[in-house]
Amino acid sequence: MRSLADMAFILVVVLDLFVLASSRLGAAIRAVALQGALLSLLALLLASSGHNMGHVLIVAGGAFAIKAVLIPWLMFRAIREMAIRREMEPLVGYVPSMILGGVGVVLAFAFSRGLPLPMPEMHTFLVPTALATVWTGLLLVVSRRKAVTQVLGFLVLENGVFVFGLLLTDFMPVMVEAGVLLDLLAAVFVMGIVMFQINREFSSLDTDAMSSLKD
Amino acid sequence: MILRALFQIGILLLLPPLLLGVVNRVKAIVAGRRGPPLLQGYYDLAKLLRKGSVYSRTTTWVFRAGPVVGLAAVATAGTMLPVAGQPAIFSFSGDFVLFAYLLALARFATALAALDTGSSFEGMGAAREVSFASMAEPALFLCLVVLARATGSLSLSGMLGPGLAPAWSGAAPALLLSAIALFVVALAENSRIPVDDPSTHLELTMIHEVMVLDHSGPDLAFILYGASIKFFLFGALFVRLVLDLRVQGIWGAEAAFVAGLVGFAVLVGLVESFMARLRLNRVPQMLVGASVLSVFALVLLLR
Amino acid sequence: MAPVIGALAIASVVLASSSGLPGLALWRRPVLGQRLSAGVLCLAAVLGIVAAVPVLAGAAPFVLHTPWGQPNASLALRLDPLSALFLVPVLLVPALGSIYGLAYFPQASLGARAVRLQLWYGLVTGSMALVLLSDNAMLFLFAWEVMAVCGFFLVLADPDRKDAQKAAWVYLVAAHAGTFAILAFFSIVGSARGTFDFAGWQHLGATGAKASWLWTLALVGFGLKAGLVPLHFWLPGAHAAAPSHVSALMSGVLLKTGVYGILRATGFFESPPASWGVALLVLGGASGVLGVALALAQHDLKRLLAYHSVENIGIITMGVGLAVLGRARGEPALVLLGFAGAALHVVNHALFKSLLFLGAGSVQHAAGTRDIERLGGLSRAMPFTAGLFLVGAAAISGLPPLNGFVSEWLVVMGSLRALDLPPGDRASFAVLVVPTLALVGALAAACFVKVQGTVFLGKPRTSEAAAAHESPRAMLVPMGVLAAACVAIGVLPAVFLPALARGAASWSGLPLSTLAAPAAAATASAGMVSGLAVLLLALVASLTFLRRRLGPGAAVGETWGCGYAYPTARMEYTGSSFAQILNQGFRWVLFPRVRFQPPRGPFPASARFSTEPREAVLDLTILPGIRGYGSAASRVRALLAGRVHFYALLVLATLVFLLAWRLLWW
Repeated sequence: MRSLADMAFILVVVLDLFVLASSRLGAAIRAVALQGALLSLLALLLASSGHNMGHVLIVAGGAFAIKAVLIPWLMFRAIREMAIRREMEPLVGYVPSMILGGVGVVLAFAFSRGLPLPMPEMHTFLVPTALATVWTGLLLVVSRRKAVTQVLGFLVLENGVFVFGLLLTDFMPVMVEAGVLLDLLAAVFVMGIVMFQINREFSSLDTDAMSSLKD
Repeated sequence: MILRALFQIGILLLLPPLLLGVVNRVKAIVAGRRGPPLLQGYYDLAKLLRKGSVYSRTTTWVFRAGPVVGLAAVATAGTMLPVAGQPAIFSFSGDFVLFAYLLALARFATALAALDTGSSFEGMGAAREVSFASMAEPALFLCLVVLARATGSLSLSGMLGPGLAPAWSGAAPALLLSAIALFVVALAENSRIPVDDPSTHLELTMIHEVMVLDHSGPDLAFILYGASIKFFLFGALFVRLVLDLRVQGIWGAEAAFVAGLVGFAVLVGLVESFMARLRLNRVPQMLVGASVLSVFALVLLLR
Repeated sequence: MAPVIGALAIASVVLASSSGLPGLALWRRPVLGQRLSAGVLCLAAVLGIVAAVPVLAGAAPFVLHTPWGQPNASLALRLDPLSALFLVPVLLVPALGSIYGLAYFPQASLGARAVRLQLWYGLVTGSMALVLLSDNAMLFLFAWEVMAVCGFFLVLADPDRKDAQKAAWVYLVAAHAGTFAILAFFSIVGSARGTFDFAGWQHLGATGAKASWLWTLALVGFGLKAGLVPLHFWLPGAHAAAPSHVSALMSGVLLKTGVYGILRATGFFESPPASWGVALLVLGGASGVLGVALALAQHDLKRLLAYHSVENIGIITMGVGLAVLGRARGEPALVLLGFAGAALHVVNHALFKSLLFLGAGSVQHAAGTRDIERLGGLSRAMPFTAGLFLVGAAAISGLPPLNGFVSEWLVVMGSLRALDLPPGDRASFAVLVVPTLALVGALAAACFVKVQGTVFLGKPRTSEAAAAHESPRAMLVPMGVLAAACVAIGVLPAVFLPALARGAASWSGLPLSTLAAPAAAATASAGMVSGLAVLLLALVASLTFLRRRLGPGAAVGETWGCGYAYPTARMEYTGSSFAQILNQGFRWVLFPRVRFQPPRGPFPASARFSTEPREAVLDLTILPGIRGYGSAASRVRALLAGRVHFYALLVLATLVFLLAWRLLWW
């Protein structure tokens, strides 16, 4: 409970809840950036002595550079281009989102022991944090109207998957981790370009309006 | 023993208006003014007690009973509050439930007195007050349950007594989260910015102030005094939770406690100065956020 | 001792069932006939309570067994502490109700209708008492059926009203659905054990899916009677349409027979698993929150009170859930506190809910309407009714120093005992009952501030409300007795704890000695609660005295309303406006029907706006469910095409389903 890694896990979950509650895009992007920075810190902290410190430093540094610096910068550029600062009232309101997020966190922490995953003895918060973050990310993707917030949700989801990946650092070679990060980068690039194009073409990023594109 | 009990009663009855004076002074200084004297609260109470009161013909005995019941309930709750780490005058297993429900009784009486006037302003204030209180109550109880779990005691005196320091070393993140939630609840229950503005004069934006709009004279004195005691109660809970008061000296712990309370008042004053009042439909978000934080803290302790 | 107790109990049942007959016999002397009926019912109540008290104080339970001649049936009666705990309110409330009926439903003016009502009233009381005393399944079912049918006729006391007809039919269907489930439960257990006497049904095995399904059957059957969400749909209509002393009986004690059934059924099983306790906790929590949320939106006074019954049944069920959890985990403190909280809340709810319904009846009698938006300012015309209603409102909100606080406090203490369970035990999440109860209590307080304020305070909103008058003494005295009982239990809770402990021991099968330690701790704390209640009352008295000394004040003019010179009653805050913030939050449960006719043109003549909450389970689920299936299917198909959100939602749903499947079934 007292170790720095556990504090970092708790802070990751608190940031999840913050992103669910905030309606200001700037604050949400900064929260996700901070989450990324925490995850790179966790990659460093969780490395056991058997690891090659070089690999660990590359993973942590890459995660920090991409999750905490590059992608938030891209997102800020995107919202500046589109001149939006706030989210509209989402499909699931803020209060129900917070309650659902809270329920997800409680269930994750209460029931994660029942799952057949290799639980690290020292860091019992890892699996629940990952589950809660994935849940938050999917909740954001499902319930928010603006495409920017949906991309943020996707980023939170990737953060959750990254935490799961930390679980398997013993078995997972660095190549696969780098592949995951590259995949993430590509996806965000594509999304950014697509969002820009959509906005330029239709002057709106409201996904409700986009459903009128069908047939 | 008797001396400690007298100290507790004395601080419960005499200190609260000073705390509100500190808050107002801090707000004034931050705004660049000199501000009212620190003892202004006492002067106001003395002035109001000397005045007569005017009642509307629509009101009944409920209007006159509201301030009395409110003050009595809050004072009774204060007898269960441990001061400076010492056990309270009355303490037993489960007293924190009675503590919270006595505050609810005070709110019930004040809201009924507001509705007794038959005015839309008071009705609006009462409606907002009871609605926001229903969102703040679960958060308050969750914070207290986290404390109970962390210290292993079911009484306020045990939760905020010598068992608190070992609890901090074992369960610091959970206690920190619940301290934040408790601060938010304290702001909400005492009608401070960002939930309510105690100094606005626009009825349509008020919550607590408009509920007591029609009271005058000694009734208003009782209400203001009761509100300051409630502020003191929440401040005492928060201060004891975050501050370890093991200071040497005969009255060291008590002095540290009073200093902590003044610090709490300064903190509230700063928060009020630097934040704006939230739009009313954002207040539920804030309170639910506090509840979710404290549920998370509880879950951390339960696994 | 036991034969005397038995004779008194049987006499009480017989007298209560036949208490309607004097009214019938003395047809030509209606006033005397009705008074004699009420007197007989009160005598039955006295006899029954005198029989129950020794059992609660530790006397041996009374058991009787005689063959009856019917297949599988025997006249087996048992008065043990559990039955005695329920018997006291079951007899007290109808007795007081019959006194109330002397002025509210007088035989002199209503003739045959009043005679019929008194017949059914007495019969329902007698059958409820017989349900509590039954020790044989067939006798139990016989009494249960009589109770249900009497309830139907009682709801239909005024047969010409459409809402009474609809409500009575829904009630009958729901009651019989419940009876069907209970019959199934009894048949299965009876054929497995070879006897239909409850005495032969002890120590049923509780392990395995079959036992859980059996228990679920009992829960559904008794839950339909008790009014647990989502089986509560018959409650609001029936309780609102019936005459007020009948509503007091139905809300106050008829629902409790369902709780009694759940307790008895769970008591048959040897060691119930923790999942049953969790199920009760979840159902109770949902009933509590949804009941009070639905109540907040109502503006029919009696429907509002009926939804509050759903909320309080939820609180009782949470207490029962804690007790079952305690039995599963072997924690005597959990068992004692959960059971004591539930049982005391049964009694308390009977007291304050009857008080509130009788008050609502007085209001309807005086002002002619149940709609709170047409009332207001009644406390000037009806000061005693207003004051007694206020006691009931404070009691149901769980405020000290009244009885509602004591039983909720016991349930909270029980829930906190879950923290004593070893860390990592998931049952310790039962402590989440505490914030749930806090939410329910705060919402109930909000609702009753709204009711008391809209009905009794302020200015009268219509001329009917302005023309109200105080109720006659026959209607005030029963309310006064109930209010006094509320205050007594609130100020002296420690007196009742030994009886509750005996009830817990009798139900759970644990010996009284194991429960003695937690009972003593609870008694000590309850004593402190008493002391602080007295301190509170003393402070109120001294502050009032001080306030008087400071000058009386002058009553001058109108309430200040921003300088408006001629305020009218239309400017007061209405009940719907008061509850609007909370109704907004709960609109996912309320489904209000909004009728809005907006103002038109530059000089609008009139506009209309009204909202009406609907009974979601009945009007929106059961009735249209069958109709809506076809149109829903084609709508889903059209909806799925092209929406990004739904694609992502499908991914999320699949993920959740896979996780749940992995956790629960592998």
